[in-house]
Amino acid sequence: MKRVVITGMGIYSCIGKSLAEVRESLRAGKSGIGIDPARAAHGYRSPLTGIVEPPKLKGVLDRRLRVGLAEEGEYAYAATVEAFREAGIDAAYLEENEAGILYGNDSSAKAVIEANNVVMEKKDTTLLGSGAIFQSMNSTVTMNLSTIFKLRGVNMTISAACASGSHAIGLGYLFIRHGLQELVLCGGAQETNLYSMGSFDALSAFSTRVDDPARASRPFDAGRDGLVPSGGAASLVLEEYEHARRRGARVLAEVVGYGFSSNGKQISQPSDEGCEIAMSRALADAGVAASAIDYVNAHATSTPQGDMFEAIALDRLFGDSRPLISSTKSMTGHECWMAGASEVLYSILMMRDSFVAPNINFERPDDYSRKLNIATETVEKEINLLLSNSFGFGGTNSALVIRKIQ
Amino acid sequence: MKREEIENIVKTFLVEEIEVDETAIAPDARLKEDLAIDSLDFVDIVVIVERDFGFKIKAEEMTGVRTLGDFCDYIESKVKQGKE
Repeated sequence: MKRVVITGMGIYSCIGKSLAEVRESLRAGKSGIGIDPARAAHGYRSPLTGIVEPPKLKGVLDRRLRVGLAEEGEYAYAATVEAFREAGIDAAYLEENEAGILYGNDSSAKAVIEANNVVMEKKDTTLLGSGAIFQSMNSTVTMNLSTIFKLRGVNMTISAACASGSHAIGLGYLFIRHGLQELVLCGGAQETNLYSMGSFDALSAFSTRVDDPARASRPFDAGRDGLVPSGGAASLVLEEYEHARRRGARVLAEVVGYGFSSNGKQISQPSDEGCEIAMSRALADAGVAASAIDYVNAHATSTPQGDMFEAIALDRLFGDSRPLISSTKSMTGHECWMAGASEVLYSILMMRDSFVAPNINFERPDDYSRKLNIATETVEKEINLLLSNSFGFGGTNSALVIRKIQ
Repeated sequence: MKREEIENIVKTFLVEEIEVDETAIAPDARLKEDLAIDSLDFVDIVVIVERDFGFKIKAEEMTGVRTLGDFCDYIESKVKQGKE
């Protein structure tokens, strides 16, 4: 089996538009949550959201390469430019070598709705323009990035609800581990526009703590009242270890375990058993005991049910060793299709700089979270092994174990 | 609408929206070869012309259009027809 390492990362999120900015936000426990007044006018129950400005790509990227990019694709492009730059991958490398892409995304609502609005008004599909189809499909991110960066390896989108980005990394890891690819761009993207979250808001799953947006997302806190939607994109360059060494790449971390499971229950119901199976499989795949884990980046979104079931599972697996746990969603909100990728990236930044970012707004534990060792403030700590959880609608679960490269 | 006005509108959207190289714009410039307008660009030009001139380009009417001058002739004739 091949070893799989991460040699580059890029991020575009509500807590920063570069690795340096995001690192500072994580250290400072800075929230990226705000109010979108248009949501209230649009009939949303909650106007809270991560505030992410789309990048301006006119003049940066050729028009033909730009018109097919939906909002989440623009985020993913910006994140990928940084990831490839950090990895030392340039156009010449991609011209000469086969690189793949496995990216998490599970909607392109704005593109679909805007195209439908045009057809409703004009009754003529030829007035949609050339970009609508390439923006509207779920695979919009991978079809566009593979074209822009001239990628010639495995090319597909992973749609697995809020675990999409995590499964994308897990599958990239498997492709490289089994010798099928030497380098795969992995990640996750999430649109943040007005149209993207209406149907999720319909479930009354969002926090309505509008008086203090920065305190609205409070994973594991007894006073939590729902999640805050957010988005952007995170890109990670996964690479076969010897390949990375041969080209002199700087290795950031190693992916050593991937675990997955499906609850097989009600569509929106989380499950402690499902979480535990995914985590246990990831640990077994990595060949490490739960007690070896220094830090867990929890999925915890700030919903009463989800956080409770994850806390039960975490206590069952880690109750003896009590590693530090935090949910970075307390700062970022729930980055949904992107979250599984961005949270691995956030965790690797912590690993690299030896700190654990705080689970902000964790003020009062409930009966389940009180059993966990949750970081309420930034903790200086060396992290050698970490685990990152991601769960999604339909009961899809993913867990990844990442190891520090010595 | 005067011919000059039509040419200005066409030039503006070709440069600003289709991002054609401004220095290549000339009446005898060939749309495909000189201005590098491809079939997907043309899908977008149909949308822009409908927005700016209020009529829908029909592919069968475009068969003789090769240069920018031909294209402006075509638009001018359609705009005139629309007024009649």
